Amino acid sequence: MTTKTHVQTTINGEPVDFLCEPRQSLLECLRDVIGLTGTKEGCNDGNCGACTVNIDGRIVTSCLVLGVEAQGASIETIEGIADGTNLHPIQLAFLEGAALQCGICTPGFIVATKALLEKNPDPTEHEIRFWLANNLCRCTGYDKIVRAVQEAAKKMQEA
Amino acid sequence: MTTTDYDRNVVLSTQNDFKVVGTRPVRHDGVDKVTGRAIYGADYDASGLLHGKILRSPHAHAKILSIDTSKAEALDGVHAVVTASDFPETADKTMELGEDETKLRDLRGNILAKDKVLYVGHAIAGVAASNPHVAEEALSLIEIKYEVLPSVMTTDEAMADGAPILHEDQTTEELGNDSGVVSNVAKHFQHIKGDVAEGFKQAEVIVEREYNTVTVHQGYIAPHNGTAFWSADGRLHIWCETQGSFVVRDSLADLLDIPVSMIRVTPTEIGGGFGGKIPIYVEPVAALLSKKTGTPVKIVMSRKETFEGSGPTPGSKIKIKVGATREGKITAAHAWMAMEAGAYAGSPVGAAAQCVFAAYDLENGLIDGFDVVVNKPKTAAYRAPGSPNAAFGFEQALNELAEKLGMDPIDLRLKNVATEGTRRVDGPVFQRIGAKEVLEAMREHPHYQSEKKSGSGRGVAIGFWFNIGFDSACNIALNKDGTVNLTEGSTDIGGSRTSIAMQAAEVLGISAEDVRPSVVDTDTVGFTAVTGGSRTTFATGWAAYEAAQDVKKQCIERAASIWDVDAENLQMEDGVISSKTDSELKMTLKELGAQLSDTGGGITGRASVKPRGVGGSFCGNIVDLSIDEETGKITIERFTAIQDAGKAIHPSYVEGQMQGGSAQGIGWALNEEYFMNDEGRMTNSSLLDYRMPTALDLPMIDTVIVEVANPGHPFGVRGVGEANIVPPTPAIANAVYDSSGNRITQLPMSPVAILEAFKS
Amino acid sequence: MRTDNQGGSLLKWIDYQAPESVADAVKILADSNGNARPLAGGTDLIVQLRVKDPRVNAETVVDIKKIPELNQMDYDKSGGLTIGAAVPLHLIYNNPDVVKHFPAIIDSASLIGGTPIQGRATLGGNLCNGAPSGDSIPNLVAHNVVATVAGPNGTREIPVEDVCTGPRQTSIDSNELLVSLYFPNPGDGFGANYIRFIPRNEMDIAVAGAGVSVKISDGKFVDGRVCLASVAPKPILVEGSSKALIGQPVSDEAIQKAAEAARDAASPISDMRGTAEYRKHLCEVLTRRALNTAVERAGGK
Repeated sequence: MTTKTHVQTTINGEPVDFLCEPRQSLLECLRDVIGLTGTKEGCNDGNCGACTVNIDGRIVTSCLVLGVEAQGASIETIEGIADGTNLHPIQLAFLEGAALQCGICTPGFIVATKALLEKNPDPTEHEIRFWLANNLCRCTGYDKIVRAVQEAAKKMQEA
Repeated sequence: MTTTDYDRNVVLSTQNDFKVVGTRPVRHDGVDKVTGRAIYGADYDASGLLHGKILRSPHAHAKILSIDTSKAEALDGVHAVVTASDFPETADKTMELGEDETKLRDLRGNILAKDKVLYVGHAIAGVAASNPHVAEEALSLIEIKYEVLPSVMTTDEAMADGAPILHEDQTTEELGNDSGVVSNVAKHFQHIKGDVAEGFKQAEVIVEREYNTVTVHQGYIAPHNGTAFWSADGRLHIWCETQGSFVVRDSLADLLDIPVSMIRVTPTEIGGGFGGKIPIYVEPVAALLSKKTGTPVKIVMSRKETFEGSGPTPGSKIKIKVGATREGKITAAHAWMAMEAGAYAGSPVGAAAQCVFAAYDLENGLIDGFDVVVNKPKTAAYRAPGSPNAAFGFEQALNELAEKLGMDPIDLRLKNVATEGTRRVDGPVFQRIGAKEVLEAMREHPHYQSEKKSGSGRGVAIGFWFNIGFDSACNIALNKDGTVNLTEGSTDIGGSRTSIAMQAAEVLGISAEDVRPSVVDTDTVGFTAVTGGSRTTFATGWAAYEAAQDVKKQCIERAASIWDVDAENLQMEDGVISSKTDSELKMTLKELGAQLSDTGGGITGRASVKPRGVGGSFCGNIVDLSIDEETGKITIERFTAIQDAGKAIHPSYVEGQMQGGSAQGIGWALNEEYFMNDEGRMTNSSLLDYRMPTALDLPMIDTVIVEVANPGHPFGVRGVGEANIVPPTPAIANAVYDSSGNRITQLPMSPVAILEAFKS
Repeated sequence: MRTDNQGGSLLKWIDYQAPESVADAVKILADSNGNARPLAGGTDLIVQLRVKDPRVNAETVVDIKKIPELNQMDYDKSGGLTIGAAVPLHLIYNNPDVVKHFPAIIDSASLIGGTPIQGRATLGGNLCNGAPSGDSIPNLVAHNVVATVAGPNGTREIPVEDVCTGPRQTSIDSNELLVSLYFPNPGDGFGANYIRFIPRNEMDIAVAGAGVSVKISDGKFVDGRVCLASVAPKPILVEGSSKALIGQPVSDEAIQKAAEAARDAASPISDMRGTAEYRKHLCEVLTRRALNTAVERAGGK
């Protein structure tokens, strides 16, 4: 049984069509079918957040979304955060604040942070940590990540 | 974040006359990493790629009676199946891989089991198929007949009389000699200094206790991965995440019985390692499969496989006895340490022995170390391997001693602290070290000086890692525009390529941004040892330093020839070559770069180093915590890490190492453990139930970088990656005691354990 | 729970259907002879399919997110709230009617998994998964929720405390579909709370959980419900706690009795998430703390 489904989505503002089997997760489709490898797999069961993407305005763990469910959806991945070669303030804050070490969790954190700051432009430290609790980082201990989010919030409010 | 009246991140800098070293430039690989462009091992793709999956043992200990792969091979979409019999038969040998020695036979056996499986998760066969789902379906079609054997899970079980034996040909090496006794104890060694019996007689106060730790995993977010592809000329190309491309190359050469020159390993970006990506797991299986299919084969472990099929760090039993005079001078200390090696010999008990008493100047010390095999995955290095286990014991014992003596715990440590010239119990004599400075910085820190919040407990501890040197190579080429390209072979787990570039920049007098570092493959750079052992900024930085000095020398010589003067009369500073005597003669590197081709050709500097002047690093913690007395749950309220970096090349990344190691230590202390059921299976092999700290579980982690320059390095660098994971578990245990009066001697200090202790 | 599988990270072959009406969904379920499962957020189901959980033998997943009745959030004239089975948690805790009239639902909705999980997970899915540790279930019980279920023979209503029948088992048949959950207007003097104990601060499965509600009139409890998670084969509504509260003046003594009744009613197992003894102890602690919060929210004490 290799019947594939034709799925039509919008990814990072562009229309994208792809074929997939129902058993392929959206994460797998993004990475292996469409070739957007910026979204990462860490656990494949929703517990690490490395696969975080934004679907229709809210963040999800894409390992727990089937590719076929993305029909008609608007998806934002890490590849769509920057505006061409202009980095988003969140990306700049992560870079300047040294908020990444190995960098594997970074795409998930950036997508999640963008959703946070869109909803809550001036979050407290606790609100930041709570929102990002599903994004595991093993390298940084989160300190510089929290600071980067606060710095990004500040910059985005000033703009 | 709560604003504080103190600086949360401090660098106690002793050398401030650097231009680039000590600054905080944006890392060179950062843009790719924040935009999702960086290619990690699992991201690698190639035309015709097939996907591999590995079949793993469901039994902790069993003989393999038969393997039938025919049904799997027949499944539509399956292109090849391999087992241990696809490895060439070669004589055994001892391999130096990473930081340890391994027997080839053990390495091969761990990658694909032949006659016996030794742990749940032990790899047995590999399948390559058109997609990972088909590959996984094929695994379920492989039929294996086992004869299940009894298993041992802890050092106690493995060391007991009559214990089931993992390796019939393993005899205990007892104090350096083959005892001839078949046993799960692979090795028992001792380090002796002075006379502990006499020392304990002189002691007026003695603390004696046993501590136990259980298996924990490094927890890197990217599981193991590797892609293999042979070309028609017989060369094998590997793309993988690894902490040591040359380790991968050399291991494969021995496993596949081909010359190292026939293997090229291209390291991708790496999603965490912490020591766990020094050994190889999937690359040889991918290579064997690729040989059969004629296409690239990629294998990526699942999270469950990562827990069950790759090396965690040992569970251990640590017995400590320490005695002191009433004035607080330690007269004797004995550490008895048994560590689980997993299925094959080679736990880090040797390293633990080097660290357990390292912070202290002891007249009399005895260390007994036992390397014990158990039916668990073969252990791999995890950030200062062995040292956290040892410190969980000794650093608690010291606080107990301090309490009995009525002394402040930092004062007790200072009274006995190791300094330059101290001989460790395991032998080496310290050069200049910063243990004293770290302890003093702890005592003076606003955290330690502050009043505890009511209901909180406070704990301190200090830890050590000796760090390593080993080999590194580096090439630097001057570009037409005055920038330089730098190639090196240290895979970059935490920003090291930038620290390496900064050291070259410092020598050349240019900005860090004008150095373009690349981490290259095994064909492109000279032999470089692992990114591990806290060696990278130290040793590969040194190679960059030397290569930059080579470039500098050539630049001066070239300018001398351009100006037709004696090179002796020229100097180069801040990227400008000038004459010491004639102020008219000046040239920037940019101006020189533009003329290179016309004046004799390019300038390339190179170095291969194996630096000897390694400096160990000490790290101290102060932690405040509170305990919910009804549930036993610990909340870490305030955490300060103070570490001697020698010289922080890039302070942000040094702070990052300190904060990351602290977070891992906190997880180790509070919640992380392998739950093994009665059948020797890990029941919590997911990130749901293997509980690593989330952002909500940690406070800000304040840092102080102490700089006691390492005389053995041109900039004074000491490796910092590892020592910071050592003190958290004892510091937290000491804080629990301070808060509750209960001393917890078992890790993890889970809520259940805390409540149990409250009751008794 | 883990099963005896080799890798368990990829799915076996499944078919996917996305009906747009309750009737169509029921038909697919009925025709599949127990081999189909409704898919809402997938945060349990997809994981279970991957590990080949024997209790989830689905060959077809039926995506129910296109069915209007399952997406409704309707605060009605009587002050009751209907939440469709497919409404994701992030829409629940942000909903103004929930915030204003049923704030205690947020206790559960905001702590299942983490933020991205809440972008997908649903109360309906949490209930139908039937795990004794389900963080929404005690809260639903405390709110006297009634579940509407559609099947080949029409719709029926089940008090939510009768839905779970055992570990990962429910009284909803494989040919039936949970349509919505009805939260009746609790009236004045009502307060509820759900808290759980987990070793970390987020992301964990409850070691024990207590969902409670009280209704206070004239300084007395006129109703009190305590429902426990993770301490029995299914979430348990503790009769003894209700008895200890109803008719009693609002007091520490009554709350303590109710908490002890909860502890006595619990029959937990020991597993990798906690020992039986510890879980029983937690029942008392959590029930007491939750009741104190519920009383505060009810305007008492």
